[in-house]
Amino acid sequence: MTDFQEAFAQALLSEAAPEDGPLRDVFAQPAFAVYRNTVLKGCIDALEANFPTLARLVGSDWFRSAALAYVRAQPPRDSRLLAYGDEGFGGFVQSLPSAAELPYLVGIARADSLWRACHVAANASVLPTGLLARLAPDDLATRVLRPHPATQWAWFDDLPVASLWSHERAGEAVPPTLAWCGEGLLFTRDDGAVRWQSLPRAGCAFLEACAAGHPLAEAAQHALDLDPDIPFAPVLQQLLCAGAFTEEPLP
Amino acid sequence: MADALATGLGLKPEHFDDAVRARADGLWFEVHPENHLVAGGPRLAWLEAVRERHPLSLHGVSLSLAGEAPLDAAHLRRLAALVRRLQPALVSEHLAWSRFAGGWLPDLLPFPRTTQALQRIAARIAQAQDVLGRPIAIENPSHYLRLPGHLWDEIEFLQELARRTGCTLLLDVNNVHVSAHNLGFDAGEWIDRFPAELVSEVHLAGHSTDPVLGDALLVDSHDAPVAPAVWALYRRFVQRAGARPTLIERDGNVPPFAELLAERATAQAIAACRAGDEEAFA
Repeated sequence: MTDFQEAFAQALLSEAAPEDGPLRDVFAQPAFAVYRNTVLKGCIDALEANFPTLARLVGSDWFRSAALAYVRAQPPRDSRLLAYGDEGFGGFVQSLPSAAELPYLVGIARADSLWRACHVAANASVLPTGLLARLAPDDLATRVLRPHPATQWAWFDDLPVASLWSHERAGEAVPPTLAWCGEGLLFTRDDGAVRWQSLPRAGCAFLEACAAGHPLAEAAQHALDLDPDIPFAPVLQQLLCAGAFTEEPLP
Repeated sequence: MADALATGLGLKPEHFDDAVRARADGLWFEVHPENHLVAGGPRLAWLEAVRERHPLSLHGVSLSLAGEAPLDAAHLRRLAALVRRLQPALVSEHLAWSRFAGGWLPDLLPFPRTTQALQRIAARIAQAQDVLGRPIAIENPSHYLRLPGHLWDEIEFLQELARRTGCTLLLDVNNVHVSAHNLGFDAGEWIDRFPAELVSEVHLAGHSTDPVLGDALLVDSHDAPVAPAVWALYRRFVQRAGARPTLIERDGNVPPFAELLAERATAQAIAACRAGDEEAFA
């Protein structure tokens, strides 16, 4: 019975196990449901734990129903349930007809993924806030700032995902005056705890350029090209104060 | 090191602070390594803080040793790195599978115990032990289904795996009770046949009745205190075989830490009873 496990797995993920085939007497036993329930509940619980803000925003019933459909379509690829859903759950949820009026769900899911990436990232020392002030101007311009492994960020075009996510995550009501425009979100880790704050587009672009290895002056120019109306010094100060960079050299 | 282990507790995140503060002779903690296979951050820091004060056991639920699919080499490497980092007193896994061609399923799934399966699983255990650099203990899972095609008795199958690979056995007494009830065999007789000399760890846990089938089907749910029938089986094993490092598992309806310590005291008393101290259990 070389295909026993493949047939068993497919029967667990299907809505109704096959009524014929060599394993029909196994699937017909009422106890088969114990395995199916354990597998589906394990996957759905993992998604709910991985996307807690999305789950709160849409409500548990809607979330678990969407999660069940996702599990059947895309079961976990490997045992890393801590990363389950990062590759496609947000897009899957956004594509559901009942999500058409909620265009920010994919962004909320992305923010939940970034929170987790920050939570589990490698440890590293943080670049002290005063270090750049002690550098000569030429050294400063050519200095490459390396984002801390825990630092995660995203810019969300056109939608106030950062505000929605932050309010929902903190269990607060979303203010009725919310401006319907693009926002950025920054996650950093402080003494083991994940912290988040909104970040201007220039900050996201700057981090992007730093991560690509560009020296500070070039990265700053890149940020200003994208977001010319913002004074850059406060953005850099915000990132330094948040501990967004590490002083450890590239591996 | 394993000689110093008495009764341990499954460690849940809500009990990390209690665990770090706890002081008791022979106390140890067990975790699922899958929750801690991360690059850094608090999940590793918590575990290292507990490890500084207590022996630790890593009880895997995802290696899929009985799988027809090859072992996940990347997972095994990550597990080996965690083992090197934490130097746990015990490392264990299950006689079950969870990996298939289309992915991975979070459960401990059954298979027909054929000679072909025995050869495949022995090779997988040997591979895992090579990468981890130490022997592991293999646990008897809970059974719910009558599968066709078993050519081996489960105890003889486990014994043969141990003979071929040098692995030890993890006797889960609750799983024996649940399986015996569901498949209709005598749990006491099964416990009496289990090769005590191979047992490096014992698990105790609670179970529940199936929400649909009721008493006809027991589910290894780990969401209740250890049942009287399971305590009786544990006493039966300890009286024959002597005490082994024993774990109280609790994964759902997690009670306050003090309640788990009280269950631990019951297990300790049963072990002490075997040691000749009848008054400790009276």
